[in-house]
Amino acid sequence: MKLKPEDIRSIREKSASVSAIRRGEGAAEKKMDLLVCAGTGCVSNHSLKVKSSLIAEIEKHELQNRINVVTTGCNGFCANGPIVVVKPDDIFYQLLTPEDIPQLVEEHFLGGRPVERLMYRPGEGEAPIPKMASIPFFGKQQLIALANRGIVDPERIEEYIALGGYQALVKALTEMSREQVIEEIKTSGLRGRGGAGFPTGKKWEFCKNATVASAEGEAAKYIICNADEGDPGAFMDRSIVESDPYALLEGMLIGAYAIGATHGFIYIRAEYPLALERLTQALEQAREYGLLGEQILGTDFSFDITVSKGAGAFVCGEETSLIASLEGKLPEPRVRPPYPAQSGYMGKPTNINNVETWANVPHIINRGAEWFSSFGTDTSKGTKVFSLVGKVNNTGLVEVPMGITMREIVFEIGGGIPGGKKFKAVQTGGPSGGCIPESLLDTPVDYESLVQAGSIMGSGGMIVMDEDNCMVEVARYFISFTQQESCGKCTPCREGTWHMLNILEDISAGRGQEGDIELLEKMAQHIKETALCGLGNTAPNPVLTTIRYFRDEYEAHIRDKRCPAGVCKALITYSIDPVNCTGCTACAKNCPVACISGERKKTHVIDQDRCIKCGMCYSVCNFDAVRVE
Amino acid sequence: MALEVTEKLESIVERYRSGKSSVTGVMQDISQEYGYLPEEVLQEVSRLIEVPISIFYSLATFYSSFRLEPIGKKHICACVGTACHVRGASQVVDTLERDLQIAPGETSKDGNFTLETVNCVGACALGPLVTVNGEYHGKMDQKKITRLVKSIRQEISENR
Repeated sequence: MKLKPEDIRSIREKSASVSAIRRGEGAAEKKMDLLVCAGTGCVSNHSLKVKSSLIAEIEKHELQNRINVVTTGCNGFCANGPIVVVKPDDIFYQLLTPEDIPQLVEEHFLGGRPVERLMYRPGEGEAPIPKMASIPFFGKQQLIALANRGIVDPERIEEYIALGGYQALVKALTEMSREQVIEEIKTSGLRGRGGAGFPTGKKWEFCKNATVASAEGEAAKYIICNADEGDPGAFMDRSIVESDPYALLEGMLIGAYAIGATHGFIYIRAEYPLALERLTQALEQAREYGLLGEQILGTDFSFDITVSKGAGAFVCGEETSLIASLEGKLPEPRVRPPYPAQSGYMGKPTNINNVETWANVPHIINRGAEWFSSFGTDTSKGTKVFSLVGKVNNTGLVEVPMGITMREIVFEIGGGIPGGKKFKAVQTGGPSGGCIPESLLDTPVDYESLVQAGSIMGSGGMIVMDEDNCMVEVARYFISFTQQESCGKCTPCREGTWHMLNILEDISAGRGQEGDIELLEKMAQHIKETALCGLGNTAPNPVLTTIRYFRDEYEAHIRDKRCPAGVCKALITYSIDPVNCTGCTACAKNCPVACISGERKKTHVIDQDRCIKCGMCYSVCNFDAVRVE
Repeated sequence: MALEVTEKLESIVERYRSGKSSVTGVMQDISQEYGYLPEEVLQEVSRLIEVPISIFYSLATFYSSFRLEPIGKKHICACVGTACHVRGASQVVDTLERDLQIAPGETSKDGNFTLETVNCVGACALGPLVTVNGEYHGKMDQKKITRLVKSIRQEISENR
């Protein structure tokens, strides 16, 4: 069935009750939707077994007419999965197992008494928080790009339409000129969410106005969605594609119309099988409904999308290398200009945006530039999605208004550091970003402030580190990553990162020398200035920021041959504290090289000559008796 | 071998010829079909689509997802993305190397295990994370990974 604009409206009107329940407004009808999270995190924790158990119990009690089980994409609160949210009441159940389900169905859905045992608690012994919106993790979030996360079934286009989907496309195609669409995006202040933060509307305009020096005329223009989320420690794009693939498609459709592109590509990371599956399915449904292909929604606008699977190369995040990869060539970046807007895919004008940027577009068209720009700061409008991970209690995916402080994100939304440990740094921007120390936690999250702090916004990785993380080792980790991922085309990046890595490895191994820090700084500056593409230009950032804020740790490694965090193997020793050791034998039993001796109930001793410093004894000791120095 | 190869490859080559896939796409299709890029297949495809074999090798060694050797029965990938790293992924990798007696990128002599490190599987909240033939195992530590390897070994010996 090929839809017309009026069909979109009638589908929405017919399914008004679905959207009311999902938005928490349908209490009067006594109907319930159970939203089971089926994002990668929850699925790994067996949420699909929870789902089948729910269905079985509901059928057993013949509740299926009143209670509907829906699978959704990533809810965001991945730390506490599997998650089920009960709508319209907004009751949040977490850490579910199939064994919990019979009780849940009997007490809550039959008896009307929500089960406190399965609810979120802010701390041990504290009262449970029944409603999702009242949980601090969700409280400070502002959802735009993730507006439908956890409330829409990503495998059913009808649900997306019911919740207001494709309204923006109808509006753009039937009420707005191409210029008006671009003007709206420009006015909204939307900037690229992939990291660099270039104004999206401007980028679109360049591509729209690019003259095509071929006989094919305007027909040959392309748009690309960069979904090759190569940043290790980040999963914003995966989550959007898994939870709301149609929003991405709608954003691309609107962009294609404005720019005048007839074909688009989605370049997606091969490590994301679930996202790829959902995307492929979404494309098929969209084609079936006439939302992709010839004469979309009965207008004279035609557009289609090809999905292209990445093959695992971080450099493909750079736009010219992504284009080369799409063309089947070796993905090496090239000098710009010409920019892709003039000469991109197959030499034709091409516009690239990342997943989150595209996903913002329908909302801006629907609700207007003014609404969008009411969020954020003077120069950074709207919201940003972050994957809040590492040493933080509430790990997961968060969308926050620009301008919020790092402290609010880490301590209010993230709930602070686990195990009573001390916060050390938060890393943003992945291998291209930097580490922000405690003294700068009140830095607002916007493009300019983060650059000033030595980091970048990046695509949204936000990794929290505590006192047990060694900053020299973190710098070594990132440089070793960029060194491996350097394509090798330009010398500063290929050779420079290799030398920086050697110096950092020496420092971690206790072979650091006076002058190493200065040499690192000097090389970093050269690489930043002379590398060919963004990968090399930003690769030294993690080293520079760790030197800037944690110079004392570098000095301790170099001068005192000491790793203050107790991480760098060559500089630490494990020993057993005779006061705390109870002689339980756990360490001796688990030691892989059997270098711990001692009788039961007597103090144990580590043979330092044979110790391989694997840390097993430290992790298995229940009495805090293993010391790292 | 040659005939079988040709049959399997027909649709892969056809997709390329009709412009629906690139050289990289052809290699992904071959990997999907065989689990790796067998030399004789690359030779054959190179001849059929008239692309020099050197191009295939340059792409195969550039991207991390291609492999030129067959993988073991159990493909263990340890995530070493930043989120897993700060939570102790390197200890998990060390333990795997010790338990399996192979380094990342290698396959055990009995063909049972291939160990690899991957940069991020996007389930950072569950780090440190290991996948075994695509199945996720989250919140790993040295003890848990040792136990996991043991249970996989047992599973292999039972199925023998």
